[in-house]
Amino acid sequence: MAALPELRNARVSDRLDGNKLEVSLAGVWRITEPQPSWKDLLAGRNPTRVRLRVEEVERWDSSLLLFLFDVQQWCRASGAYCDIDSLPEKVRALLAQLAASHETSVPFDRSQSFLDTVGTATLDLTQKTRAISQFVGECVLGAGKLVKSPHKFRWRDCVEEMQACGAMAVPIVSLISFLTGVTLAYTGALVLRQYGGDIYVADLIGLAVVREMGAVMTAVVLAGRTGAAFAATLGNMKANEEIDALETLGISPVNFLVLPRLLALGVMTPLLTLYANALGILGGMAVSLGVLNIPPTAYWIETGTAVSLSDVAVGVFKAVAFGLIIGLSGCLRGLQAERSAAGVGRAATSAVVTAILLLVVADAVFAVLFNVVGW
Amino acid sequence: MSAGETSDRPAIEVAGLECGYDGRVVLKDVTFSVRRGEIFFVIGGSGCGKSTLLRNMIGIQTPMAGAVKFFGESFTESDATRRRELLKTFGVLYQGGALWTSLTLRQNVALPLEEYTTLSRREREEIATLKLAQVGLTGSEDYYPAEISGGMKKRAGLARALALDPAILFLDEPSAGLDPITSRRLDELVLQIREMFGTTMVVVSHELASIFSIADRVAMLDRGEQGIIAEGTPRALAAEHRDPRVVEFLRRGDLPEGRL
Repeated sequence: MAALPELRNARVSDRLDGNKLEVSLAGVWRITEPQPSWKDLLAGRNPTRVRLRVEEVERWDSSLLLFLFDVQQWCRASGAYCDIDSLPEKVRALLAQLAASHETSVPFDRSQSFLDTVGTATLDLTQKTRAISQFVGECVLGAGKLVKSPHKFRWRDCVEEMQACGAMAVPIVSLISFLTGVTLAYTGALVLRQYGGDIYVADLIGLAVVREMGAVMTAVVLAGRTGAAFAATLGNMKANEEIDALETLGISPVNFLVLPRLLALGVMTPLLTLYANALGILGGMAVSLGVLNIPPTAYWIETGTAVSLSDVAVGVFKAVAFGLIIGLSGCLRGLQAERSAAGVGRAATSAVVTAILLLVVADAVFAVLFNVVGW
Repeated sequence: MSAGETSDRPAIEVAGLECGYDGRVVLKDVTFSVRRGEIFFVIGGSGCGKSTLLRNMIGIQTPMAGAVKFFGESFTESDATRRRELLKTFGVLYQGGALWTSLTLRQNVALPLEEYTTLSRREREEIATLKLAQVGLTGSEDYYPAEISGGMKKRAGLARALALDPAILFLDEPSAGLDPITSRRLDELVLQIREMFGTTMVVVSHELASIFSIADRVAMLDRGEQGIIAEGTPRALAAEHRDPRVVEFLRRGDLPEGRL
């Protein structure tokens, strides 16, 4: 008859003979199953000699070693003699290994004083700023070379990126910009209705979308979509040593990989922005018709009156700047990525966060600048 | 010059090289030279700094101290123009092949030719096809790296490293991830290349089968010593070296009989 399941579990029995405690282990010892505890077995007793026996153990793994190690450590601390002579050689060897590693492992102290932390952070910031300036400088020099020898530029890669970041972003940009127009129109209508200025919703939407929201919403979409993709692609290439392979051939990764991407975004972002502007105005038009009963023709004429070419130019100019910011963030983070899967993921996240932060800052700077210049 | 024949000036000289990361020194005072046409192995256990040494020799990392020379000319201290010229003298086979994933095998091999020669596109593609044929990849020229096996990637990487017919070849763990038969075939290919072109090879590896099959000389690095602890022919080191670490490393497993 096969042993009942509970009889096969790890178990330990003991026999105290004067000051000598004989501990017998039995059953199947598995780390995933409950095991007896030495402390419970000892129950406050204080033998001067402990003998360990494992003849009735059927199968064992590290859990057995842990129990035996606990016994050994207790014996060492209390000065008792731990008799392991009857243990098989393999078990004794593993126990010795466990004891040796326990003795030689020194806790790695990673704590830092406050001054150390501030100092390290400052040095880190200086290094990062230097790296960013170097990267931007390389891109500018590379762009200069591109103008001088355009035949060396990777046009095919650039066009492929244009398709990926431009044409394939049309559906999501359409949805987001249309809904932006809708939301703005609803919010605007709430206020303007009170003063009988319903028609001025067209002015509000026109100016807000063309000068700000079109460029900003497009840029945010592209930061999440394209910025992350650039970082992941370049980060992956770094992990595969493809960047190293370029460098040992004397091919600049900036010229080969970054510039085609920058140009692609620099061209497609303003184009997508113009498209987003149109969709945003359309969204406003839909709400004006549905909620405010403003006919589309009236809305369109009013929009034309409020929005001038310089407003459109401002939006496009911002879009080009945002596109370059997204490209630079994505590519820089990708080239800086650690050579691991986790590193590539972090690079992608960092690229999006950096891009969005920088484009919001840039937007604020442009707002002040254009106000001063009078555009 | 026939294979294995040496001349007075070494192909590669490494003098007092010190390498590390973020201020942490991994290797100190590494000095050795590689003769022309020699197959020189840099061996050692995991973490001893073999790949770090390679990266410093090929210029991906800047050494903390010391110098690397190719055919008597300093690589570490060269200006941008000389450095670009010296880059043509060596090719590198990376551990995973490091093929550019958006390019076909043919395009991968042709890219160095595009960068350094004035050959027409048709000529570049012909040479790329030839190089791929030399490594046994005829018929696979238009595949992308994602579509081929690990062994094929290594061969394609080797073809790319040979694109400019360099005098020196660096191979980083060429047998990593390969089954024993494929690994042996790669060793045979390495020997063939040396026989045909007299190329000097530096191989970073811990594969005993390769070491005893094709290495002319080895230098063994040790993590604790942070440098070279032995240099010589593999059989002599395995039989006679007084340092037990060297003997233990080289005798792990059976010694393969004979050379290819």
